[in-house]
Amino acid sequence: MTYLGEIFVMAMTAIFIQNFILSRFLGLCPYLGVSKKLDSAIGMGLAVIFVMTLASAFCYLIDIFLLRRFGLEYLQTIAFILTIAALVQFVEMVIQKNAPALYKSLGVFLPLITTNCAVLGVAILNTGMLRSDGTAYNFLDSVLNGFFSGVGFTLMLLAMAGIRMRLEMVEMPKSMKGMPIALILAGTMALAFYGFMGFKI
Amino acid sequence: MSIILLQSVSTLGAIGIPVLIIGSLGLIFGLILAVASKLFEVQIDPRVEEIISALPGANCGACGKAGCAGYAENIVNGGEEINKCAPGGAAAVAAIARIMGISAKAMEQRVAVIHCSSGGYNNTRWKYQYEGIGSCKAAVNIAGGPNSCSWGCLGQNDCMAACKFDAISINELGMRVIDFTKCTACGACVNACPRGLIQLVPYNRNVYIKCSSKDKTPDAKAVCGSTFPCVGCGLCAKKCPVDAITITDNLARIDYTKCINCGICATVCPTKAILDLLVGIRKKAEIDPEGCIGCTICAKACPVQAISGEVKQLHVVDKEKCVGCEICVSKCPKKAIAMV
Repeated sequence: MTYLGEIFVMAMTAIFIQNFILSRFLGLCPYLGVSKKLDSAIGMGLAVIFVMTLASAFCYLIDIFLLRRFGLEYLQTIAFILTIAALVQFVEMVIQKNAPALYKSLGVFLPLITTNCAVLGVAILNTGMLRSDGTAYNFLDSVLNGFFSGVGFTLMLLAMAGIRMRLEMVEMPKSMKGMPIALILAGTMALAFYGFMGFKI
Repeated sequence: MSIILLQSVSTLGAIGIPVLIIGSLGLIFGLILAVASKLFEVQIDPRVEEIISALPGANCGACGKAGCAGYAENIVNGGEEINKCAPGGAAAVAAIARIMGISAKAMEQRVAVIHCSSGGYNNTRWKYQYEGIGSCKAAVNIAGGPNSCSWGCLGQNDCMAACKFDAISINELGMRVIDFTKCTACGACVNACPRGLIQLVPYNRNVYIKCSSKDKTPDAKAVCGSTFPCVGCGLCAKKCPVDAITITDNLARIDYTKCINCGICATVCPTKAILDLLVGIRKKAEIDPEGCIGCTICAKACPVQAISGEVKQLHVVDKEKCVGCEICVSKCPKKAIAMV
């Protein structure tokens, strides 16, 4: 398989077949919490793509050059969450200083996902992922996987926000309004995505 | 003995190396962040924070900015007026003035008034029964709204939903009533009404035209369920002593910068489309014989010629003619006129 094909498979897997929200059930908190309005969902989605890509890159380096070298794979979670948290804080400071406009649209979401399980999840999953020829992910693979996972997350967040905004106008029993119907909706979407499982590309 | 020592050394290593590595990792990250926080420090004017805490925090948008924080930043950095906050009122203006070190100019207190007397259970003519989404904005799109009058209240209560201060309620007739003590004139309902029926008027004016119909005379009467439509006859404009009323597009409008609150328009309106809150409780002017010096200023100022009297003689108010506008009270140089 050419490298381009490899990337395509990675993208399809990350976005549809192994979607972070609907198949791996990671990042459910922002999925339910920030999906009430489309514009805040877009902001959150972009922040997640950004942080996931960065986290994949840095955690890959920490994993290879620090943890594996000293045989400390069992400290993965602590080391990764430390890295991600520091990284997001640092990036937030840089953005606030150098790009105030970007900070206004993205800044409020950055601290929210500092220790999000989807971000930690992509970093940890990257270390165990295999390419189609059976070798472990290299640096570029990890970064791309992080990016596509973020895209998959964002797409589902936007879909959810779109449906929930339409549901606002629907008459329904009072007990179903808000979180109950959102959970039913999330379940239905996950069932629909179950259809992608078993796809071979 | 040496075996135990070796074991303890290797145990120390097994614990020590990870602790060392993770610990130094944390230390390095901490140092980087500490340096970065100095390097990328953004100076925030402390006055912004102070103003934010002085504002009510309702984020109503009456000031025209994106929430209270946006307004606070605009005051400090953009030279924005400090009297734009309607919910905060005079208290907020005084607080901001103290923070900014400038003198306060309080905003005129206003309240929202609905310019329609229909929209209730039994005073609306319906074109069809509307059973769609419970929102005026949705209802107005279907064949021009469910009520016959294409200017009138749709009765789906968008204004009530928009009010953050709980000032709008529904009375027993299904009419929307605005509680002036709760209304902060934030203007949310003004924007929410798709028919544009709501207007902000000065708090101390009590005469309102309760209609927004621009239909011609017979049409306005035919479609209005309340039978109190403005038909644009112009009687009020003619009788108004201060020319505060103008008729445009078959509809009377009061200019509240001129209105003296006399209520004459309400008494002459043939369709009773003008609501006068002071009717029956309006006070009449009375001249104190002790104080009057006969300067004739009050007689000249009276818009309805209710005051008579010769120069240097005691002046008398004709109680029948007096409309209670209080203009003479403010004009009298000797403060000899009182409202009783």
